[in-house]
Amino acid sequence: MMDQIKHFFIALKQIVKGSRGYYIWIGILGFFMLLGWSTYVIQLKRGLIVTAMRDQVSWGFYLSNFTFLVGVAAAAVLLVIPAYIYNFKPIKEIVLFSEMLAIAAIFMCIMFIMVDLGRPDRVWHLFPFFGTMNFPSSLLAWDVLVLNGYLVLNIAVVFYVMYRIAHNMEYSMAVVKPLVILSIPWAISIHTVTAFLYNGLPARSFWNASILAPRFLASAFCSGPALMIIIFQVLRKISDLEIEDSAISKIAELIAYAMGFNLFLFGAEMFKEFYSGTAQLAPFQYLYFGLHGYHGLVPWLWTALIFNLIAFFLFLSPRARNNVVTLNMACVLVIIGVYIEKGMGLVVPGFIPGTLGEIYEYFPTHSEIFVSLGVWATGALLYTLMLKVAIPIYTGRLRFARGAATVGESAAIRGSVTSAEL
Amino acid sequence: MKEPKISPPREHKVARRSFLKGAALGSVALALPSRDADASIWDAFFQKHFREMNDKELKKVLKRLEQEYAEKYGVDIDISANKPLSGVLFGYGLDLSRCIGCRRCVYACVGENNQSRDPQIQWITVLRFKKGDKWVNDLENADKYYNPDKVPEEGYFYMPTQCQQCENPPCVSACPTQATWKEDDGIIVVDYNWCIGCRYCMAACPYGARHFNWTGPGIPKDEINTKTHYLGNRPRYHGIVEKCTFCIQRTRNTPGRYPACVEICPVGARKFGNMLDPKSEIRYCIENKRIFRLKEDLNTYPKFFYFFAT
Ligand code: SF4
Ligand code: SF4
Repeated sequence: MMDQIKHFFIALKQIVKGSRGYYIWIGILGFFMLLGWSTYVIQLKRGLIVTAMRDQVSWGFYLSNFTFLVGVAAAAVLLVIPAYIYNFKPIKEIVLFSEMLAIAAIFMCIMFIMVDLGRPDRVWHLFPFFGTMNFPSSLLAWDVLVLNGYLVLNIAVVFYVMYRIAHNMEYSMAVVKPLVILSIPWAISIHTVTAFLYNGLPARSFWNASILAPRFLASAFCSGPALMIIIFQVLRKISDLEIEDSAISKIAELIAYAMGFNLFLFGAEMFKEFYSGTAQLAPFQYLYFGLHGYHGLVPWLWTALIFNLIAFFLFLSPRARNNVVTLNMACVLVIIGVYIEKGMGLVVPGFIPGTLGEIYEYFPTHSEIFVSLGVWATGALLYTLMLKVAIPIYTGRLRFARGAATVGESAAIRGSVTSAEL
Repeated sequence: MKEPKISPPREHKVARRSFLKGAALGSVALALPSRDADASIWDAFFQKHFREMNDKELKKVLKRLEQEYAEKYGVDIDISANKPLSGVLFGYGLDLSRCIGCRRCVYACVGENNQSRDPQIQWITVLRFKKGDKWVNDLENADKYYNPDKVPEEGYFYMPTQCQQCENPPCVSACPTQATWKEDDGIIVVDYNWCIGCRYCMAACPYGARHFNWTGPGIPKDEINTKTHYLGNRPRYHGIVEKCTFCIQRTRNTPGRYPACVEICPVGARKFGNMLDPKSEIRYCIENKRIFRLKEDLNTYPKFFYFFAT
């Protein structure tokens, strides 16, 4: 017991103490969290009327962000596959950090669902045993289960490995490997179930296309790893974490394939809709050309398409993806492209035109944007704090060994101990 | 085409769960500070799902709700919770050749069912189409905001829509909390105290029939209809979904009574009755008119039948 308390304070100290850059970063996140959560209090008081959602478009920016983040969380698996199945060592070393990203992403997903609920006070109605979960009929019930399961799974792996390292113990692959292998189909399932959430609604022809789930996966495998490439580069700059170029290059290569597949599926869908030209074309027309004089999303969707195309070619070329500038450019383009396409470009056109043929142009209000920024900042803070403890453990600077905690003394698992501070 | 099948009442697999929940919630309740907390707040928070309450619990809840409404609106509201009558399956008919698009039904419904006036919520939507335009499966040319001096207008026709009380309701299978369900007399209802406001049912409904309380409803005190049903027209809360219930407070509490929209229609375009009664008007219409239902390709089997009398 005493040990636990001691360890808690060691971890706390690790979080509280940091460089100036660290404090500035926390300050920025704190500002956006404050902004977001104070806006949310107003939303709680006045109701969702402070958003631009209405009966015609009853889901909007919150669900868009949710959808994008499920993709980010699922994409951690893309790194797990080469790491554990093909034993590609450079990635294996960093896969823990992408699993932590998955944890943070799932937390953000849950927060986005919470801020979207009309009655967050009643959320327990949705839980198994406490409430009356509509399982297996409702896909939302499935989503609650698989998302939370994925969260638990990732927390288990990360916590176990970190705990063992922190106590100078070898972690056993016999424990880790089955969990990690399980997390592969699980990651695919969280994204598939989220796709089915939209997919299973015959009332909305835009979502009711069987290509939806495959496209979801393909685009997630672009944006998630792209985000990780950027994060990894930042981490190795500001901490003593070593990440090999070959790992980053490998991930970039994988993105190229995923993007190629994504674009192919996109083309297949476009061909079917535009060539057959049935009434189901309307949402696509709204997205790419505008419908009955409404074209709020048109510039966004073209931006997304162009960004995705450019990024595809950049990732495809070995020279471009091995060059820091073009690589990062491609990553940013992919993230923005998929964020638009999978967020607003997916959720909103499901409602346009509405089931009674109405067109209501949706665009998020300030409140929605502030609250969403707050959620993102909260997630980023969570990830930062996780890394702040995990990186020194990983590099050997932080140990909780045998009651007597020592910092920077124990045998470092990964060689050199530097004085660099995160 | 298959006939709409009348599904057996959903079984309530709740005994075990109720127990677990009771135990769990009980321990939570014990852990919470209760000294100065208003007991009714906790009662409201832990209120059970409508279908999981026994008669005694239901009575207690109704009393508390009546009190809450009295405090909030300053009028005495009477909440009934009558169960479906056996041998009843409600059906609705709409004679498109008669409808003149006057929207009297819309406003009668608003008044009867305590819909919010500000912001406006209306359960009935009357769509206007230009003669010759697409209208059966593709509603893109529908106009719901038409506003002429006089109806009917030359060159146009009208199609009112509202909840179609689907026999196979996509809204019900979508709801993650079972806050909305089909009653044995065929009416799809919402427990306004159980709905979490996720709006998944709104995405699932093919008929734009569900409406959300984006903020607290605004109803002038003297316009409140005080004769209400728990599953029907009692005032709603912010953050939850509502919809047409075939005026459950009328049609269930006083068998044989019409919904408000049927009563008000000046041209008699609206028909209503028990489909299981071979002598009912709605049965006559179904058997003798050329009926169709909206978006039949979705297999929702609405109990809302459109037809042309002439
Ligand atoms: S019309 Fe919509 S709300 Fe009514 S039962 Fe059918 S799906 Fe549900
Ligand atoms: S909004 Fe309410 S009734 Fe509709 S699906 Fe969600 S919980 Fe169920």
